[in-house]
Amino acid sequence: MTPKKAALSQVPKIEKAQIALLERLSNAVAVSGAEGEVRKIVMAEIKDLADDIKVDALGNVLAVKHAKTEPALKVMLAAHMDEVGFMLVDGEDGLYEFETVGGIDARQLPGKPVLVGKDHLPGVIGAKPIHHTTADERRNVIPVDVLRIDVGNENGKKIHAGDRATFATRFQRIGPSLVGKALDNRLGVATLIELLRHSPAHIEFQAAFTVQEEVGLRGARVAAYALNPQLAIALDSTPAGDLPRWDGEESPRYNTKLDAGPAIYVADQGTLSDPRLIQHLLRTAETYGIPCQMRQPGGGGTDAGAIHKQRAGIPVVSVSVPGRYAHTAALVARLDDWQHTLALIFHALQDLTPAILEPDRS
Amino acid sequence: MAELKEFLKKILSLPGLSAYEDPVREVIAEEWQPLVDEISVSRIGSLHGLKRGEAAEPHRRMLLSAHMDGIGMMVTGIEDGLLRFTEIGGIDARILPGTLVTVHGRRELPGYVVQPPAWLLPDDQASGRTVDMKYLFVDTGLRSAEVSDLVRIGDLISFAQSPIDLTSDWVAGHSLDNRASVAAVTACLQELQRIRHTWDVWAVASVQEEEVLGGAFTSPFEIRPDLAVAIDVTFARSPGSPAGYNTFPLGKGATIGWGPNIHPALYESFKTLADRLDMPWHDDLMPRMSGTDAMAIQVVAEGIPCMVLGIPLRYMHTAVEVVSMKDITRTGHLLAQFIAGLDADTMPNLRWDDES
Repeated sequence: MTPKKAALSQVPKIEKAQIALLERLSNAVAVSGAEGEVRKIVMAEIKDLADDIKVDALGNVLAVKHAKTEPALKVMLAAHMDEVGFMLVDGEDGLYEFETVGGIDARQLPGKPVLVGKDHLPGVIGAKPIHHTTADERRNVIPVDVLRIDVGNENGKKIHAGDRATFATRFQRIGPSLVGKALDNRLGVATLIELLRHSPAHIEFQAAFTVQEEVGLRGARVAAYALNPQLAIALDSTPAGDLPRWDGEESPRYNTKLDAGPAIYVADQGTLSDPRLIQHLLRTAETYGIPCQMRQPGGGGTDAGAIHKQRAGIPVVSVSVPGRYAHTAALVARLDDWQHTLALIFHALQDLTPAILEPDRS
Repeated sequence: MAELKEFLKKILSLPGLSAYEDPVREVIAEEWQPLVDEISVSRIGSLHGLKRGEAAEPHRRMLLSAHMDGIGMMVTGIEDGLLRFTEIGGIDARILPGTLVTVHGRRELPGYVVQPPAWLLPDDQASGRTVDMKYLFVDTGLRSAEVSDLVRIGDLISFAQSPIDLTSDWVAGHSLDNRASVAAVTACLQELQRIRHTWDVWAVASVQEEEVLGGAFTSPFEIRPDLAVAIDVTFARSPGSPAGYNTFPLGKGATIGWGPNIHPALYESFKTLADRLDMPWHDDLMPRMSGTDAMAIQVVAEGIPCMVLGIPLRYMHTAVEVVSMKDITRTGHLLAQFIAGLDADTMPNLRWDDES
């Protein structure tokens, strides 16, 4: 067996157990600021995988697996646990006014089933019957402050303003696809758990399962301070906008594409990725024949934005699994893209040496 | 009531788009079979259940019409494995993005209605405005080649939202318009097992109401009832809906229709009966038309005296309509008691105010 083949054979595989874990993670409810359900799953999964595990002041899970050789690079891998959702703010008789938490398009809300509160009570976001609307009115978006979460007249007593809610979508595996409400970023969380399980012996592996990414990268900021890594990789989900354009013309803009492999970030709204890390990832992909794509530079952001300006600066790069329809009831991602993402980061960590931090940034 | 609710949830979980009601009709037929003397299917697919009366022949005939078809969508195009579609029945495009559906292709495919990013849409579809239905897609999660094999233009797309027990009494789901009324007619047939009645009762689960009232025109022609009641959902008061004369509190009683589709003497009889049964009810004023099977039934052949009963429903024509089981069972009870009171004098007494 050649060394390359030997390395390839070690890549953790996405199989039934990994998909089952992703399913549990995606169906769990963890709106930014209330990540407890996902934290609980993560803690149970990693309890035997790291040397030090702690939950910090904001609710991040910080798990460190020490290197078995010296000198060892301290590498932080971050995946946010939180998801976009809703907070009930006022209501009576089972009808609740709510605010969105994280970036949600108001057009995604009417007519959707939701889960409310710690007990996941069922609710629905209704809409005025079409019979009572005019054609002009239907051109206008129904504003969030007009919508209500309806939990019925009985359960109304069991929930309160302040409770969180999410879309009620159940995870599904459909053909080549994975479909769920919170694959942004439970894909990253599940990837990070697998990487921790298969971490290379020569690096100090710092896993950060972060909170409040969707409302301002708050968890990642303090996690990076506490862990004080020499470099970091943020694992996330990024929109694939590879749908047909309305007029059939090819769109110059797509952000990322499904089936094209993990998306490597060069620049987004909050980060300029470290060129040495980008090069290392591209070399790794080439060496091991792993498909990957460059995310089109532009807006958006990940935990990397908070990590790279922490302390005296931390070289960082983001790698995301592409997914269509992020921040809606159902995100669609591909199993192959997830597998390739896991393989890329696995090999990139295996082949990482302190030389990567030499100042020649070409 | 628990059994009726299970039956309702069962028929809510079945497709039955206008003109394609077969899947739901089969299950309704199974439920009605032991409750009626004869069961048949009309030329265009409506289900007819006949429960014979006890009087000497010829029997007077009472028609109960509840449409069983539901709204949905139909594939109009396939682009890169994504489906373009149009509506069957009236759908506000604003309720669609993020909705779980089933595409009835060569096999049943789960999918979601999705809204493309703004940069893939014409300028007048920019954020802040509704994206027109013609620019939305259904994504089945399958790749283009597989979709081309499995889906054709004209394939149906139905809502796939599973029924939700919102409370012990309230059920949420799609197609409660008008499966709720099918359940009410079923409750009536169940009560009629224990009650003597002289008239023949024709229970009809009609087809194609949402598009062309197809069943409502044809079944009464075949049956030629003396009287008819259309049972349909009506508007429950809900967020964003007007709190006016045409919306009703949920779970606080059925509605009794009043307007040109309704024979005034029937209205009086139902009102009097509801009061006698100490049952809550509301006037459903329909100044021009009722928007129900009654519009067609009324004008079949030489004309048929009609009544409209309504079951209040929130969020009509969304995948998360909400209805109260109590209102359904009340409606069934009112129908059964009305049928129990029908006799040889009913038709002669069905007079206009100005008749002496």
